[in-house]
Amino acid sequence: MTRMPAPIVSPTPAAPAPDGPDKITVKGLEFYYGDFHALTDVTVPIKSTAVTAFIGPSGCGKSTFIRCFNRMNDLIPGTRLEGKVTLDGQDIYAPGVDPVDLRRRVGMIFQQPNPFPMSIYDNVAFGPRLHGITKKSELDDLVRDSLDRANLWKEVKDILGRGGLTLSGGQQQRLCIARVLAVQPEVLLMDEPCSAIDPTSVQKIEDLMAVLKESITIIIVTHNMQQAARVSDFTAFFLQEVAGEAAVLVEYDRTTNVFTSPRDKRTEDYITGRFG
Amino acid sequence: MSKRIANQIALALLWTSALTTVAVLFAVILYVVVNGIGQLSLGFIFTWPRGVNAEGGVWPTIVSTLYVTALAMVIVTPIAILAAVYLAEYAVQGRLVSIIRCAADTLASVPSIVMGLFGLALFVEAAHIGFSMLSAALALTFLMLPIVMRTTEEAIRAVPKYIRWGSYGLGATKWQTVRRTVLPAAMPRILTGLILATGRAVGETAVVIYTMGQAINMPVSPLDSGRPMTVHLYLLAMEGINLPAAYGTALLLMIMILGFNLSARYLLRRTRKV
Ligand SMILES: Nc1ncnc2c1ncn2[C@@H]1O[C@H](COP(=O)(O)OP(=O)(O)OP(=O)(O)O)[C@@H](O)[C@H]1O
Ligand SMILES: [Mg+2]
Repeated sequence: MTRMPAPIVSPTPAAPAPDGPDKITVKGLEFYYGDFHALTDVTVPIKSTAVTAFIGPSGCGKSTFIRCFNRMNDLIPGTRLEGKVTLDGQDIYAPGVDPVDLRRRVGMIFQQPNPFPMSIYDNVAFGPRLHGITKKSELDDLVRDSLDRANLWKEVKDILGRGGLTLSGGQQQRLCIARVLAVQPEVLLMDEPCSAIDPTSVQKIEDLMAVLKESITIIIVTHNMQQAARVSDFTAFFLQEVAGEAAVLVEYDRTTNVFTSPRDKRTEDYITGRFG
Repeated sequence: MSKRIANQIALALLWTSALTTVAVLFAVILYVVVNGIGQLSLGFIFTWPRGVNAEGGVWPTIVSTLYVTALAMVIVTPIAILAAVYLAEYAVQGRLVSIIRCAADTLASVPSIVMGLFGLALFVEAAHIGFSMLSAALALTFLMLPIVMRTTEEAIRAVPKYIRWGSYGLGATKWQTVRRTVLPAAMPRILTGLILATGRAVGETAVVIYTMGQAINMPVSPLDSGRPMTVHLYLLAMEGINLPAAYGTALLLMIMILGFNLSARYLLRRTRKV
């Protein structure tokens, strides 16, 4: 058994992002699905305008945790959350906070590309229209700008009227990203956004993340260690040590530290592929 | 017995059964076509019956059938869709919803002649609407409502969860999600259910025989009575007055219903590609 983990990151990692302010803070979070205690005692900051990656074996609660930030778990009956989650210092679970308003600020991309059964244009215009934008010129600009930011404009600019579901999987995923960007979120949650799509699109999504993080706070769940190392500035490693018991946050640090000199033995085992 | 022979026997059985089903269908269609095709002409379709209503065309009965079907679907569609949205999306899934669902399924299996009798008692007599398009349409509504509601509910439930998540994730409210994503996504299957139901209503006999009347009449207002094609066919055949005309009417009915079924299939196939 080697002491040092095999280096997975490229030898010259991107310069670490400066430690920005916290966009989101989580303190003492406990999460339950009915009687099942899924996450316990999670305390972690999410740095502003940076990419934070959540990694860990299947079933350790990464999706559960990422859904806490836009209160998507509210839609699952019987779920319960304790502890405190703040966005810009404001408790998002305080009474009086409308999850509908929260989700405009905190957008989400899912593992399965899920365009609506309507045209490419209407998919992207969906969010702005929800929020009352009806002027054609304004919508046109938003659609174009969002598709551009999602690295999809060049491929679809002549077929905006075509059904969103006629695109390839990778294009569909970028369409979903454009759809979220059109409501101008401050935070972007991505739950395994690249696990069901082609390598070219993965590349394009990683590229757009690098640009987006200048202005948006991004959280990504990924099973791909190389991807986590490539795209993220901070990494959080979750682990459910005993089946049926709550998962914990094992380690949180700058991505370079997590991948080159993890503090916890369990993190080291995971990123060197010894389990999970 | 070797596995191969068992396999061959099973295959032969399956094949024969499938063939029988198709053969029966074609026998019926062929029989009606052979006997009815000689009757079919523009004159037969677009003129009035003559004599003791045994000669001439069937035009008023076609109009009566389409009139009552359209009226029934206009009543059924909004109620069925609203009820289905409530059941699938809003109602707390529990005892009450199971009871409603079970009631709808039971209602759907009530023999249509019983529904006709009920329509006669309730709309024609108690409500004093008389034999009319409206009475018949209301009675048909009772028959169609549970069927359409259940197919619509299934269509709504079949919309993948992640489509809803996409909408909620953009800050849509529940109603916005239902109206702007779930219903459009379910629409092909909802429409298919509606068209199939329309085909059933066109072919329905027992309900309308009790509620629409029998007089040959060109309905204009919903309170007019009339004679639907199915009843016309029944009278032509049972009283033995003009069997060829009966087959002609039967063929027309089949063509209409086949038309509805095929357009439903076409719609489903086309929208699947979007
Ligand atoms: N809707 C639910 N109801 C009950 N339990 C759930 C639900 N969703 C997830 N769980 C449980 O919560 C735990 C964490 O699941 P979660 O989906 O968050 O894991 P994950 O880390 O995202 O896994 P994966 O990498 O496979 O996506 C699992 O034990 C799972 O069975
Ligand atoms: Mg997951």
